[in-house]
Amino acid sequence: MIEFKLPSLGSDMDQGTLVQWCVQPGQPVKKGDVVAVVDTSKAAVDVEIWVDGTIQRLLATVGDKIPVGTPMALVLAPGEAAPTGGVEPAAAPVATPTPSARESVSVPSPGGTPARPAPSAPQATRARVTPAARQRAAQLHLAPDTLTGTGPDGAVTLDDVQRAARTARAAAPINPAATRAAEMRKAIAAAMARSKREIPHYYLREPIALRAALDWLHAFNAGRSITERLLPAALLLKAVARALPAAPRLNGHFVDGAFRAAPQAHVGVAISLRDGGLVAPALHDVGAKPLPQVMRELADLVQRARAGSLRSSEMSDPTITVTNLGEQSVESVLGVIYPPQVALVGFGRIDERPWVADGALTAMPSVVASLAADHRVSDGHVGAVFLARLRDVLQQPQQLEG
Amino acid sequence: MDRSLIRQGVLDALLAIAPEVDTAALRDAQPLRDQVDLDSMDWLNVLLGVHRRFGVEIPESDYARLGTLAQIVDHVAARVG
Repeated sequence: MIEFKLPSLGSDMDQGTLVQWCVQPGQPVKKGDVVAVVDTSKAAVDVEIWVDGTIQRLLATVGDKIPVGTPMALVLAPGEAAPTGGVEPAAAPVATPTPSARESVSVPSPGGTPARPAPSAPQATRARVTPAARQRAAQLHLAPDTLTGTGPDGAVTLDDVQRAARTARAAAPINPAATRAAEMRKAIAAAMARSKREIPHYYLREPIALRAALDWLHAFNAGRSITERLLPAALLLKAVARALPAAPRLNGHFVDGAFRAAPQAHVGVAISLRDGGLVAPALHDVGAKPLPQVMRELADLVQRARAGSLRSSEMSDPTITVTNLGEQSVESVLGVIYPPQVALVGFGRIDERPWVADGALTAMPSVVASLAADHRVSDGHVGAVFLARLRDVLQQPQQLEG
Repeated sequence: MDRSLIRQGVLDALLAIAPEVDTAALRDAQPLRDQVDLDSMDWLNVLLGVHRRFGVEIPESDYARLGTLAQIVDHVAARVG
């Protein structure tokens, strides 16, 4: 039996409110399936399960505020037999502070007959649930077996289900935009303060000529519909992923006093939200994807981030972040690293600038790339090697296409 | 197609990306990106919205020229007939 715990939703979020279950007991699940929707101050996050198996029991109810790491459901591993027959007594001394997982689990029997109650673990009893209550609970995405029953023999009635739904709604009111924006601000403040407190940042800047890259993009887009248009942002993201192997100590996480290099580059994309606020979800494995795919996924990610609807793997997986303050903006950005990451790449405004090439002054389209990096993990030389590689990669744009 | 209908459709495409905009305050002859906070992804999505609503192509050669509301409306009007 596996405890499925609420996964990390990003370093600045430590809890979420359960909005909806997307699975029910008895349902088989595969790794990556969305099992629940959890609301945070940044987004309504689709929580993905990280194992294959069968949902045995839901431990959390809609409306619950759940800290990251709390067991949300019990999952039968593939090939594992469901606990049979009678009920095991609950373990008396509980070794770990997760009481709901230590209760004995009784097998749901199709006829709905109740298991014998274990005297010291009242929640282990599978109470009767009336047919009307079961139907209503399914509509409301509530797990009826976890509700208190007030009917005969402790059966869960329709009233019990409706009362639970009202309580859940009262406990998790629809956040007006202002409340969500204020909470998001607090989360960002906490993460940025922690970053500046704990991470000794060093900063490097490098202006990068983009004539070759922009000419290549222009030619690529020329024959194509606007629906296939590539933006410079997609090219820059892919270039970062392709340059990272030259500087592995910029890609990964600093946890428990040690750096853990990440095997792949999942680039967090800093996306500003229209009502203020910032979120930086991951585009997975950017270096390996064809540029049109990177562009499509980037557009989809931006749209979902602004709609407040992201997946838990997007919140927790970035191995480095890129912030691109884009066109109407500043020459360069010297950013603040998102812990537990160890680097942040910045791009300023792409613009024509005076540039000396082949001994002559020219107006060169260029961008200032910058790197903020964690000095506990890497020294300036590593950062310099990365920026030099990034510069070189961007001079060969055709190699970024596939 | 009626020009004012086209103009409304373009504004709808804008509102889909930037719902907080006061469209009544927009000036047709001034670059939209000077009046509304739109990054390159937003701008692409506005023009994609125009493309989808009216079925008109916006080729690379024209993309850079379409900065004001008037220019976009002209572009669509010339292609929908």
